[in-house]
Amino acid sequence: MITHHIHKETIYSYLEEVKDPEVPVLSVMELGIVRDVILHDRDSIEIIITPTYSGCPAMDVIAMNIRIMLSTLGFKKIKITQSLSPAWTSDWITDEGKRKLIDYGIAPPNPRQQVCDPKLFMSDEAVQCPQCDSYHTHRLSEFGSTPCKALYICDDCREPFDYFKCH
Amino acid sequence: MVFDVSHLIDYTLHLADDALILGHRNSEWCGHGPVLEQDIAITNISLDLIGQARYFYQYAAQQINKVHESTGEEYGLATEDSLAYLRDTREFKNCLLVEQPNGDWAKTILRQFLFSAYQFYLYDELQNSTVGVLAAIAEKSLKEVTYHLRWSSEWVIRLGDGTAESRRRMVNSIDELWMYTGELFASAGYESGVGEEGIRLDLAAIEVEWIGKVKEVFHEATLDYPRPVFMQSGGKEGIHTENLGYILADLQFIQRAYPNCEW
Repeated sequence: MITHHIHKETIYSYLEEVKDPEVPVLSVMELGIVRDVILHDRDSIEIIITPTYSGCPAMDVIAMNIRIMLSTLGFKKIKITQSLSPAWTSDWITDEGKRKLIDYGIAPPNPRQQVCDPKLFMSDEAVQCPQCDSYHTHRLSEFGSTPCKALYICDDCREPFDYFKCH
Repeated sequence: MVFDVSHLIDYTLHLADDALILGHRNSEWCGHGPVLEQDIAITNISLDLIGQARYFYQYAAQQINKVHESTGEEYGLATEDSLAYLRDTREFKNCLLVEQPNGDWAKTILRQFLFSAYQFYLYDELQNSTVGVLAAIAEKSLKEVTYHLRWSSEWVIRLGDGTAESRRRMVNSIDELWMYTGELFASAGYESGVGEEGIRLDLAAIEVEWIGKVKEVFHEATLDYPRPVFMQSGGKEGIHTENLGYILADLQFIQRAYPNCEW
């Protein structure tokens, strides 16, 4: 494949195709973890990503999937750099990403200022059930099936659901 | 600038070892938690801690390799894996608290709470250090530790102010673990060493905040704040309780038996 006319925007559009393996409806762009794309020359590229959670095993898989995607575009030297600061926040998930989460059955994160402090018995206000849109829900567990999620239940439709934690 | 990098390396390993060993201990609960949700919670915390340990080990490995390059001596390349899997007990710099056995759920909860409260105020300070990588790891990890602290605080309250049985277990756990808390605030040589070079960690100030948090939660849990006891120490300098050897035997077995094997 000819690569010398590839622009940053093109790379970004390809990154829209790289999904989070744990939440396969979200691309790495919608998840808000791609900080920058640096095209060094026609076969050398660097992608800077910010991890969501320190121990999230999906991060290694995501880095590998980005690498595979770039090598199919013809890049020979691919560098994936992790940037820790500023730390990733769930506020970086795009609106489109949040809409896709709801369709997938995961409640999207509330804005960050609500619950990110250690005060006792704090919990997010008004997490909306992704099934029936009720705000009449409560938290079952602060930790869920992946580091980024908490487990909730809807008090109206009685469906348990994942909530993408504010972070 | 002359920088005694050995202090920085030791300090980074100390941070990594604390996170790895507590992460490993918590992972022993996997499949054994009292209820499914809490089994998942403790192993999630485990995952966060092991992730943090990886960042610290990666940074320590970089620094170690730089030193080896500059001295031109022949050493194997240090990596996050070699640091976790191929060092012996005397080289581990974790505090004694994190290597204590899980005991019952109360003891695991209390250990997590005492450590998370410390780690919360520690990272809060560390994120302002001039060593950019450590500051960035602290900034990132602080968000995770916030969840650990809140979760473990709530469990201390639930058990302390729960049934007679849960309270008895929590009181026993305080008796068993309190003697390991003093070490958190007793500065090891490398901690003073990095202090001169931009990582100005005021352990005394962190201790004041820690005591405030522990008192707040114990009060809510109707638990008495313990009287002063003789404090055990040594872990940060590599002198451990016998527990660490057993942990490493478990943690390192595969790499020791089948060097460089991948999974």
